[in-house]
This record gives sequence, structure tokens and C-alpha cells, in this order.
Amino acid sequence: MAQQLEVNLVEPLQLGPVTITSRLIVGTGKYETYEIMAEALDASGAEVVTVAIRRERLLDERGRSLLDFIDTDRYTILPNTAGCFSAPDAVRVARLGREILQQLDNPGKDWVKLEVLGDKETLLPDPVGTLEACRELVADGFTVMCYTSDDPIMAVRIRDAGATSVMPAGSPIGCGRGIANHAAIAMILQMLKDRDHGGNPDYPVIVDAGVGTPSDVTIAMELGSDGVLLNTGIAHAKDPLRMAAAMRAACEAGYLGYRAGRIAKRLFATASTPWAGAITHLPGE
Amino acid sequence: MKITVNGEELTLDTPCTVAQLMRRYDLADTASAVEVNRQLVPKQQHPERALADGDTVEIVTLVGGG
Repeated sequence: MAQQLEVNLVEPLQLGPVTITSRLIVGTGKYETYEIMAEALDASGAEVVTVAIRRERLLDERGRSLLDFIDTDRYTILPNTAGCFSAPDAVRVARLGREILQQLDNPGKDWVKLEVLGDKETLLPDPVGTLEACRELVADGFTVMCYTSDDPIMAVRIRDAGATSVMPAGSPIGCGRGIANHAAIAMILQMLKDRDHGGNPDYPVIVDAGVGTPSDVTIAMELGSDGVLLNTGIAHAKDPLRMAAAMRAACEAGYLGYRAGRIAKRLFATASTPWAGAITHLPGE
Repeated sequence: MKITVNGEELTLDTPCTVAQLMRRYDLADTASAVEVNRQLVPKQQHPERALADGDTVEIVTLVGGG
């Protein structure tokens, strides 16, 4: 029993000042109701949840707010800069997010999920703006979790700019196509985490965006990612609670699978059962 | 004086601080953040930060996002 527990162990992941055990980070957007969101967050096992910064509603009835449905003692809130298309806007939004989180005394108060996007159709990152904003936020004391494309050179540049974690997109935000370019993600992981390529095994790389299915999460983790961040894949599933549970299991499966060390791929078969002692006629013998 | 709050024009007859504006919208005790003319005004500065004619104020909060 003790051994059972040990092989299932998920090691804690250090993200700047925040330590997490669940490798799945989930968003809080696009849910049909706050109630479904709260249940899905619970089922996902996530310890970090992303949120966005938007205008307060001043004139209409305010009603219920997101924070009524997020237990801030349980979840660390990671504010994003979604909707920012320039470095100055992303820096502004990051500072506003920090100001709100300081009031909540949440452990993630100095961190931000930095997104500087290129356009509304692709929602792909603007690499120049991303790098500019990353540098400025690091200088301002932020822990920057940086969303980027799956370009390995850009990933290195973002790490060198001082980001706490590089978060490459599997595919464009919300598209559900999963890891579009396995080789690019694998290359990023080698360059940021493998000492032979100038990396550091403790440097966290989290696949963010595009994930549609549990198998997408597993693939990201099997490639050696430290975690996966997703939102739409759960929020827009027919049954978000069941999908949240599936994503959680998939993340753990990929985490353990990567660490277990996969077998080599071969073109031809290799028998699981010994030939010795077979009572049958074996072809060619 | 006229100011803009979250994109809406607002006319004020008397001087107003950020703290007073927040009370006006019943937002004094909510988790929100305020920018005046694109500069963050930290909560502890709300009582002394006076608004001026033409100021653009943004009051933001947390919403669902990915």
C-alpha cells in the first residue's frame, strides 16, 4: 500500500512564490453558470485558477460576482492580461490585477499570466509586445507566467527576459486542436529544461491553450511539460464536471507516464510472450 | 466638472475624490482597482486622490477568464 502511494506521488511544482501539487491549471471563463464553474473547478483538482480583469458594471444590477464562487483560501488566483494587444496595456492590466489581489491577500498577488495578443482572429501572441511587457513586469517585481507561441527561440527569449514560467500554446486559444506541433513543444522542453541544451530541469514549462481532450493533456504531460493550463475544453464540454474529472486523470496519467520512461518506438513487433516452449508451428522454423 | 467613468460620462457638481466616487457606485468594499488617466491609484490613496475635470476613470474587477 505504501508503495502504491509512492508511485502515484505527484511532486510539488514551484512557480515563483507559489507551490502547487496539481499540475492542471484551469480557467474560470465561458461557464454557463457560476455554480457549474465552481463544481468543475473542484472536480479538476486544480489549485490555481485564472481570472480576467474587466470593467465593473456601474449602472445595471451588479448581482453575483465571480469571487462569490471561488474559495480564495483554497485556490490561488492567477490574473491574466487577456484582451491586451500592446505591451503598455498588458502592463496596465497586470498592475490592476495585482491591486485587486493585494486586497484579497491571495498568495499569487504578485503574479500574472501575461498575454499580449496579435489579433482577435488567431489570438496568437504578439512576440515583440510579449517580450517588452515581460521585461517591464519583471522589473516591476511581478512573477510572470508568460503565454507564447510554440516557437522555441521565442521561449528562450522569454525565459531570458526573466519570466518565471514559459507557457507555450499547444494550438490557438479555445480551438481544441490540442498539441498542433509536438516537435516544437518537445524542442522548447529540451531547450528550457535539459542541461545539455542550456536548460534547467527545475524551470517550469506549462502548455497553455488549444487543449480539447483529455488525451491532449496527456500528450503535453508525456512530452515532459510541468503542467497544462486549459479553460474551454472543460467549460464548453457537454458535461463540464465529467470533463474536469477526465482532464485531471489525464494530467496525472501523462505526468506519471513521462516519469516512468516510455519504451522505445520500433517499426516491427516484439513479442510479449516467449517463443520457447510453444507447441505450435512457428513460420520460418 | 465632467469626468468619464468606465466609458460613461459623469457630471459632478461638487469636488470628488476617488473614495467618494467608489462610494457613489457602492464599490467601496468590493475587490476592485481604479485607474485615473491610465495610472493606477492604489486603494490607500483613494481618500486623498481628488478628481479633476476631464479625468478618465476605469474601475475594474475580476471576471471569469482563461
